[in-house]
Amino acid sequence: MAAAAQIEHHASSTGTDNRKLLMWIFLGSECLFFGSLLATYLIFKGEPTTATNDHGLLMIPANILDIPITSQSTFVLLMSSLTMVLAVYGAQTNRLKMMKLWLLATMLLGLVFLGYQVFEFTTFGNEGLNLSTNQFGASFFMLTGFHGAHVGIGVLYLGSLLLASFRRSGLGPEAGVHVELAGLYWHFVDIVWIVLFTVIYLIPA
Amino acid sequence: MATAAETIALPAESDSDSGIWSWITTVDHKRIGTLYAITGFIFFLVGGFEALLIRAQLAVPNGTVIDASLFNQLFGVHALTMIFLAVMPMGAGFFNYMIPLMIGARDVAFPRLNALSYWIFLFGALLLSSSFLFGGAPDSGWFAYAPLTSEQFSPGHNMDFYVLGILMLGVSSMAAALNFAVTIINMRAPGMTMMRLPVFVWMTLVISFLLILALPPLTVALLQLLFDRHYTTHFLDPNGGGDPLLWQHLFWTFGHPEVYVLILPAMGIVSETLPVFSKKPLFGYRAIVFSGMAIGFLGWAVWAHHMYTTGLGPVQRSIFAGTTMTIGIPTGIKIFNWLATMYGGSIRFTTSMYFAVAFLATFTIGGISGVMHASPPIDTQQQDTYWIVAHIHYVLMGGAVMGIFSGIYYWFPKMTGRFLDEGLGKLHFWLFFIGINMTFFPMHFLGTAGMPRRIYTYDSGLGWDFWNMFATIGSLVITVALLVFILNFFRSMRTEQNAPNNPWDAPGLEWATTSPPPEHDFDVIPEVRDRDPLWYDRDNGHTPAEPVSGTHIHLPPPSYYPILMALGTLLLAVGPMTHLAITALGIPVIIYSIWGWALEPTD
Repeated sequence: MAAAAQIEHHASSTGTDNRKLLMWIFLGSECLFFGSLLATYLIFKGEPTTATNDHGLLMIPANILDIPITSQSTFVLLMSSLTMVLAVYGAQTNRLKMMKLWLLATMLLGLVFLGYQVFEFTTFGNEGLNLSTNQFGASFFMLTGFHGAHVGIGVLYLGSLLLASFRRSGLGPEAGVHVELAGLYWHFVDIVWIVLFTVIYLIPA
Repeated sequence: MATAAETIALPAESDSDSGIWSWITTVDHKRIGTLYAITGFIFFLVGGFEALLIRAQLAVPNGTVIDASLFNQLFGVHALTMIFLAVMPMGAGFFNYMIPLMIGARDVAFPRLNALSYWIFLFGALLLSSSFLFGGAPDSGWFAYAPLTSEQFSPGHNMDFYVLGILMLGVSSMAAALNFAVTIINMRAPGMTMMRLPVFVWMTLVISFLLILALPPLTVALLQLLFDRHYTTHFLDPNGGGDPLLWQHLFWTFGHPEVYVLILPAMGIVSETLPVFSKKPLFGYRAIVFSGMAIGFLGWAVWAHHMYTTGLGPVQRSIFAGTTMTIGIPTGIKIFNWLATMYGGSIRFTTSMYFAVAFLATFTIGGISGVMHASPPIDTQQQDTYWIVAHIHYVLMGGAVMGIFSGIYYWFPKMTGRFLDEGLGKLHFWLFFIGINMTFFPMHFLGTAGMPRRIYTYDSGLGWDFWNMFATIGSLVITVALLVFILNFFRSMRTEQNAPNNPWDAPGLEWATTSPPPEHDFDVIPEVRDRDPLWYDRDNGHTPAEPVSGTHIHLPPPSYYPILMALGTLLLAVGPMTHLAITALGIPVIIYSIWGWALEPTD
């Protein structure tokens, strides 16, 4: 009977795992979060500004953004989606070494992306753009900053899974679900970045 | 059928589980629902007390009961308290307690997440309310228009309490909404298809999605305000190139779905009580369900009707006037279906039924005044007058709260095993009904006579004296009504637990189990064969299945990680207005709680 109760406990009306359904709906909510931040960025995009730095350079996207550098970090983040898929595959097919390796790789790629972002923010700061400079500075840092925070939380999430996988019981019989959940979140954060990179960097003012 | 269920009933609660610690660590949806309901009702009284002070000040011209500064704090916090700390949590109390029972589940999908929602709500509510003790409460109204909220015009911590308190309450609502969406979609008993769900459950599902999608824009608006106040940005500050209307757009993108979050629970409740006390199945079930969805959907396309006077332009105003009036259609469909449910039924006039019928009348008045100021030229006259105050109180007191009281009298035997006294209940009803109409109907006249809202005093000779005094007397009648209710509650709690499983002969699954339900809700998960399962089973001779002896019913063990994580969240929120070190302290607490939570055995 205990076994039957177990099955009942995990059964669901739609056949989708509760946790996966929760993650999907939560990501729907996140769309509105980034949508609102992006809407704010777009509202202020192209507003005339008189803010200049010490060298008289106007603080507008064209004078600040460094597309080649950010293309590199975008590439890194996109590759992390590939490694994430491999980690999920490893977890679902019970290849635990593979799972751990690719979890670690995904984490490292995420950290490299964050490193790029720290470099980018520092450079922009030195060039004279910060939160108070103008609406571009405020909405740019807010939007990409919250995206960076999401990547950071994702790195902690993957790191926690990696740590837990070294316990004697590993990630337990549901390792596949746990890693897949992290994967859903991670891919979402990547997709958001594709949108942000396109809208902020690639589409001219 | 009832007797069969009674013979196999297990004790409702074991005696060892009644200490404080068991409530702090509880993950039982019924206990969390009780906590929500009681906390919500206490804050309803707090908000009511604030309203009494406001009415006392406005009773006569040139009132001197409170000064302008306190008045500003009171009307802001009265609204915040009633919306976020009273009506939403009282609704959440019913969701928590009833939804698993109504869909035939043993708990919500994520019991610990449920506990987390409650504790974050409680701490957020205390943070927001503590502002009165620490230098001043939010004094810019509940919608806190920029740039009044900037550091320049609100130099104290008043608006910091607003930003951080509402952010916490948003996190709580988000967690609860996600939990209920998954529970309703995924935890239904066998045979409980989506089109057999009780309307109350449907409305909860719509509300959950409204909150899930509406809270992020509010969060972004609050973050922008926080950054403007403390971290040098100028999102909302016109002097720095910002746009105050950005706040209004983001806020009302949340704010209008939010009013449906407040009213839909009441619509769900009367959809349960009207059929029971008319002894008829709900008329037009599908129409009511789809109307509820339509209201939820259209609620996204109407936010700018709060902004007609901001210079949106004629095209935009026409579009938003059209969408706003359209919402009258699904609402009207619901009203007519409820009326048709009663038509030809054998009506039992219980207190719950009184409140449900009065809901139809008073909510309709509020709905009609709402359609009136959907029209921009009329709204231009009514904007910021007492007419708007009359409207919102008719839909909230005459709508949401009326429905909640109908639900309280209806579900009280299920939740406590005791009945509320019908005599006192009817006294409560009549006083409440007369009180709200005395208080809020004259506000239509005051608004038409040009009395602006949010003024702390007024001169005599403007034609406002009589109706203000009248409204203040009405607010005292409401106070007496609530005292009668409280008396009824405490008297009832001292009576014997003698409520049968299904005292009202209701059709819903929640009445298939004992009153109050055992910790595991159902001895055997019921099978649903019809939209009104208990009526169908009664009429077709189905009896509930006997439990197999030795059945192991899995219940999640108690956990203290939810309250610990809520404490961490509180630290996170307190930081920005004190010292960021406190925020930094909150992060490890949260990470520790999540790890403990994830690694905690749940079997």
